Amino acid sequence: MLNPDSVGSTFAGTDSVTLSQSEIDAFCAVIGESDTTIAPPTFTIRITLTQFEEILTRPEIGLDWSRLVHGDQKFEIFSPVKAGDNLTCAATIESYRVAAGNEIVSVRSDLHRDGKLVISAWSTLVVRA
Amino acid sequence: MIEVGTVLDEKVFHLDRALLKAYADASGDQNPIHQNEEFAVSVGLPNVIAHGMLTMALVGKYVSDFAGGSANVLEYSARFIKPVIVPLGEKVDLTVTATVAEIADGKISLSLSATSAGVKVLGMAKAVVSK
Repeated sequence: MLNPDSVGSTFAGTDSVTLSQSEIDAFCAVIGESDTTIAPPTFTIRITLTQFEEILTRPEIGLDWSRLVHGDQKFEIFSPVKAGDNLTCAATIESYRVAAGNEIVSVRSDLHRDGKLVISAWSTLVVRA
Repeated sequence: MIEVGTVLDEKVFHLDRALLKAYADASGDQNPIHQNEEFAVSVGLPNVIAHGMLTMALVGKYVSDFAGGSANVLEYSARFIKPVIVPLGEKVDLTVTATVAEIADGKISLSLSATSAGVKVLGMAKAVVSK
């Protein structure tokens, strides 16, 4: 179960991430995007979900990632990202509730480049009963 | 002429197990429900299912194409309401279309539709692009 005291808190991700051209190329290839000079709109989920898993499964937060289902996803892109960008990720647990035994967590990811917010992403994650 | 209510051309994407593997590698999401049929069935799924974020990425490509490039996509959201089921050896269709919902301040809002095997797979799917 998620520790309810963590709701409303913001957690820094472990490390900054530098985007490589090869990882953008691989993502573009899957969706048939020929312009690889900037990352496709959902590309940063690669960073966001990894950081969510790292943060939300910390012992003091306690989410069970193994029974997780992705409920919904939203991106706001203030500035698109590209290869060579160095990004830091912070995760904020915005809300938490339990319904019919399912845990429903809303979490926001803020990606910064050179201290400036470039992408915010909201995920609703459901841990099945 | 694009105006509120305009329905955009449909595009059909094709998903197969190889694409799911490629997306798993590209996204880092190696959950076995997207690759291993035995595992997927063991957790109550009908078969291997596509990553919701793969569906969203493909619909995102549709949005980027309309917007004249990924750089023009400002907002994008969707709810994952039904899985896209991908049986071994099959190419499964994902049919995408959109309706122009709003035009204001140099921005166009799209209401997106994504179906697979006649079933709506994304709910409340919306995008805002600069145009």
